[in-house]
Amino acid sequence: MLKCAGKTLLAAAVLAVASPAVAQDTIKMGGLATLEGAFAAPGQDGIRGIRMALEEFNHTAGGKKIELITGSSDASPASAIRATRKLVEQDGVQIMIGPLSGSEGLAVKDYAKTKPNVTFINGTSAAQDTTLRKPAPNFFRFSTEGAQWMAGLGEYAYKVKKYRKVAVLAEDYSFPYTQVFGFLEPFCRLGGKASVNARFWVPIGNKDYSSVIAALPDDVDAIYVALGGADAINFLSQYQQAGGELPLIGGSITVDQTVLGSKGKIRKTVIGTPSAGPISDTWDDPRWKAFVAQYKKMFAGKGGFPSPSLFAHGYYINTKAALLALNQVKGDLSDGGKKLRAALSSLKFESPTGMVSLDPRRNAIADMFLTEVVEGPDGNLVNKTIGVTKQVSQTFGVKYEEFLKYGPVSRTNPPCK
Amino acid sequence: MRKPMQRRTILILGIVLFAAALLWLVFAVWPDWLIDAIGRKKTFVNTLLNGITLGGLYFLVASGFTLVFGLMRNVNLAHGSMYLLGGYIGYEVAEATGSWFFGLAVAFLAIAVSGILLQVAIFRRMEGDELRQTLVTIGISIIAADLMLATWTGTTYQFDTPDGLYGAIVLPVISVVKSSGAPVFIKYPMYRLTVLGVAVVVGIGLWLFLNRTRIGMMIRAGVNDREMLAASGVNVHFVFALVFAIGAGLAGFAGVVGGTALSIAPGEDIRYLLASLVVVIVGGLGSVSGAAIGALLIGLAEQFGLAYFPTYGVVLTFLIMVGVLAIRPQGIMGTR
Repeated sequence: MLKCAGKTLLAAAVLAVASPAVAQDTIKMGGLATLEGAFAAPGQDGIRGIRMALEEFNHTAGGKKIELITGSSDASPASAIRATRKLVEQDGVQIMIGPLSGSEGLAVKDYAKTKPNVTFINGTSAAQDTTLRKPAPNFFRFSTEGAQWMAGLGEYAYKVKKYRKVAVLAEDYSFPYTQVFGFLEPFCRLGGKASVNARFWVPIGNKDYSSVIAALPDDVDAIYVALGGADAINFLSQYQQAGGELPLIGGSITVDQTVLGSKGKIRKTVIGTPSAGPISDTWDDPRWKAFVAQYKKMFAGKGGFPSPSLFAHGYYINTKAALLALNQVKGDLSDGGKKLRAALSSLKFESPTGMVSLDPRRNAIADMFLTEVVEGPDGNLVNKTIGVTKQVSQTFGVKYEEFLKYGPVSRTNPPCK
Repeated sequence: MRKPMQRRTILILGIVLFAAALLWLVFAVWPDWLIDAIGRKKTFVNTLLNGITLGGLYFLVASGFTLVFGLMRNVNLAHGSMYLLGGYIGYEVAEATGSWFFGLAVAFLAIAVSGILLQVAIFRRMEGDELRQTLVTIGISIIAADLMLATWTGTTYQFDTPDGLYGAIVLPVISVVKSSGAPVFIKYPMYRLTVLGVAVVVGIGLWLFLNRTRIGMMIRAGVNDREMLAASGVNVHFVFALVFAIGAGLAGFAGVVGGTALSIAPGEDIRYLLASLVVVIVGGLGSVSGAAIGALLIGLAEQFGLAYFPTYGVVLTFLIMVGVLAIRPQGIMGTR
């Protein structure tokens, strides 16, 4: 620690004596992800996404060198704010990438309002109200959110899988609320049922799911599970060990690579599980294939997953947006980033998963994928593409004022009686 | 006031009635009114088993904790770190050798040795100064947590359950009778029953060791009067180191057993330290049988809370603690 402080002091001294022209040749970018706690594995993949985008731009944008400073949180809003404040107020970053988890995003958005000269770009946090209600003018989300990610899944479960009654198991915070809303809204509109009494909300970081598994009802067709990271691995392996037999429907991060690529015994349980999200492992498209190849080139054998997770993808897209906009304004942040944010607002670019642009509240409109877990050719579990929903917006094509009448996401919205 | 004999008869009668009711709840096919009142039988029986098996795991951790306290009056707040370190070491060894049982043995031995080192190198220097020892253990637990985070990162580790213990077994307990007349039996994970079995074996082993061996006699004598034991020619330092080794080793052992049932990750050290503290406060500091009763109570409270009122479940544990402190401050089996 002392040594570290010494280095910081030294660096500060060097910066102080260096000529201003030299100091302005670098732009400091903060990268915040959950490198601790239940979402540590997703957090590490998020940082990989940032590194991929920086590598692609050769760590330079708008003629300036980009210096990445990373921070860590543990998925709690308090820890995200602590890390963001440290990056913004002590390290002096001008662009922030992050955070990863839903409720962290809500907290960082509120903090962004107090720092109008810093540009905040999301990581993968995907709670609805980060941009839908009371958005911050300097918070951008190119990675879409949890309800958008569910596009097509409710219809698929009802029409193709013929499920009529489901139970819900999810973590108890804003992102799973958003996902449950995104899944149940179309499912219940078609006539599906998900009783409020058959929805189980567990705290993040819960280890022991045995009693929750015992409490799951028998008289349902499937269980919709929206858990992430270690929570998903714990549940899926305990469900398999308990001999659970009901089919599952997965939230976007419940059966993604951070879970499928883990060492837990979950194979039998997850194969055949439908899900939806912003990526699909097997999408047959040159842009996606190039992205996967680059990921494998950089991280195969160095802790990376068999295929990039949606966290690597989300952080990559958000970082790439920042770098593209910096190129447009030639790295000029002397006006407190005003020009940069104007460039970001009108940015439209090709991502590995198709065209991305922003709505008036700075939330992305992008393509979504309907997937199903299968065993890949080399034995890895992957999400096979079943369908693509083109250009999904946060309000699903409904007018903004109309969409607000659906009410904020919560444990009981939609009621689905 | 009733006479003691009468009170005892009433107590025994109560226990017999309670046990009979419990047996009926487990083995009978539930009538509809009961299902309407408290839900399905499957939920109840599974939660009951979960509570008992979790209690078994808590007992493994807390027995070492209470043993060390009983003899040395040293509240070892680094006990949770030993649990976590045991889990990590066991994981590394099991991964490297492919044998879960070998990992378990190495975790026990490694943490037992680290316990001896702690006792010889640190605690002996401040013998009789309990407050200082306790503060030092807090320091050790903080340093250990950071070192473990640096070494094993924040990722969650899960053991491969040994093949023979994997999967669910069908219990001879009928959950419901289908309309066709076919009974549906309750399934339960094999591994969790094994955890319970291991806890019972360790509990009986400890009891026999303390009550039927010469060293056990020395330990019990030391609990009552350390100075007298030293004066009668026993090498107290040897006894102390041995007890510390067993207590720490049990924590490491529990790290592997518990890490396989659930998983290991940073923060588990605090969780199990807190669980051990609550267990020994409820059961009575220094008493192994108290630790067993406390562990069972806390395990059941946690699981029933999680199954029947998940949002407020955690309160139940602390209500039990408050109740015990109010009525019997020394703990259920504790002596003043």
